[in-house]
Amino acid sequence: MPELFVAKAAQFPDGERRIVSHGAREIGVFQWQGKFYAYENLCVHQGGPACEGIMMHKVEDVIGPDRGWLGQKFSSDEMHFVCPWHGYEYDLKTGECAADRSLKLKSFEVVQRGEDIYVVAS
Amino acid sequence: MDLPLSDFRRMEVEEFDTSKLLAHATKQATERGYKNFPIVDVDSHHYESESIGEILDYMEDPVLQQLARSARQANAKSVGMLPAGVGYQDMGGRVMRYAVRGMEKTEAGVQRDIALTRRWMDAIGIDVAVMFPTPMLQLGLHPQVEVEVALARAYNRWLTERVLAHEPRIRSMLYLPFNDADAAFRTVQEFSQNKGVVGFMVTSARYRPVHHNSFMKTYALLEEMGLPLAFHAGYNWNDQTVGMMNRFISVHALGFVFYNMVHLANWITNGLPERFPKLKVLWVESGLAWVPFMMQRFDNEYMMRSSEAPALKRKPSEYMRDMYFSSQPMEMTDMAALEQTFRMIKAETQLLYSSDYPHWDFDLPSTIYDLPFLNEQAKRSILGGNAMKLFNLKLPAQKLARVA
Ligand code: FES
Repeated sequence: MPELFVAKAAQFPDGERRIVSHGAREIGVFQWQGKFYAYENLCVHQGGPACEGIMMHKVEDVIGPDRGWLGQKFSSDEMHFVCPWHGYEYDLKTGECAADRSLKLKSFEVVQRGEDIYVVAS
Repeated sequence: MDLPLSDFRRMEVEEFDTSKLLAHATKQATERGYKNFPIVDVDSHHYESESIGEILDYMEDPVLQQLARSARQANAKSVGMLPAGVGYQDMGGRVMRYAVRGMEKTEAGVQRDIALTRRWMDAIGIDVAVMFPTPMLQLGLHPQVEVEVALARAYNRWLTERVLAHEPRIRSMLYLPFNDADAAFRTVQEFSQNKGVVGFMVTSARYRPVHHNSFMKTYALLEEMGLPLAFHAGYNWNDQTVGMMNRFISVHALGFVFYNMVHLANWITNGLPERFPKLKVLWVESGLAWVPFMMQRFDNEYMMRSSEAPALKRKPSEYMRDMYFSSQPMEMTDMAALEQTFRMIKAETQLLYSSDYPHWDFDLPSTIYDLPFLNEQAKRSILGGNAMKLFNLKLPAQKLARVA
């Protein structure tokens, strides 16, 4: 299985992403809170570049003890990346589509060798 | 340019290029062989607000023109002449092209709308696109009827002279100032022969019933000329009923269907299909799921209350099956339901592919091409053939879009 060079660790800050290609396949590699995640850059919706969009925390409703609505907030731990074509949101840690978790982007393993980050393009 | 995110971070964007954004669409076009058949997009958009300076040059009323120019100069974002409702189409920046589209560079010497439109058409594989405005979709709600008339005329003149005259791949159904029936009639008289004009369009978000007698001469003229009449959907959060909804998803999901439902109901129950049997009517940007609902609902009631729609000689659904529908935003989460809908609306002859690009919920041709229940001929009809017939388009044998 080919390993594709992604970046030098020092040049890949936390919270950023890189897109690498292997033949016709594009892979988005994210670093988030010290961990790496990699997914195919192909949205389950209409095939858009799912990994190239904005990263936003999940939006949550705040419901009070009486079940009344108090407002909204951004999740403190669930980060999403958003396909720029129409807004499908993906859970950064799993690649699952936030609106329907049975839909999932293909994921890839990321390995670090010394200073170099690679993705295993299986 | 910096985009605000959900925490302290910001996303820096240095450039924006439609061809790059749509690279995957270009790949789809090659893989699916779009080079082998024409694709006509019956509903796409540009942002006429970006050319409003030029458009105002075409405004004839000097007082309105000065008012509009002044409001614009003071603060383009402040209250001015173009109505702008509350709305969040860009989804908090998630659909990034809204924020960064202004950064896109176009070649010198080519009108910007033409350059940008050609670029996304080539990227997607579309040969001919029917182009509509964006903020002006709300113009039917303008409290000053004379402003709708004046702006519509200025826009139609600008569009035909500056855009349609120069790019045969871009066509339009021109804006009808429908709150003034006489002005709407004059618009058809004046512009129907202009290059690139393939019909006329009523923005649906308005409070003007389509069965009013004052519109009959316009329908008759369109029928005589063989030009289609389109109703382009739009939402209006200021409507009291729509105003009960607090999330844009609801306002959009229902709002983009609501006015077209009302207009279609009036159109049918007042017998307009019997009075104008040759007038071609097209419903734009309400998706498709509403049509089976309307068919069943009205057929069922008509069987009991035919006395209230005495002009009809057939069931309401049969008239609806003679109408045309644009595809986007096509509801695609239940294939069986979609297949049923295609059968009910006679999609093979009545459905017209539309992208709605560059708006947030655009559909690529693959939304039609990849449907498992259509044969190749039906796909090609919906993607282009039906529109070519409806608009009487003569296209050259070779593909106009640059598709490998
Ligand atoms: S293609 Fe990704 S959201 Fe539509």
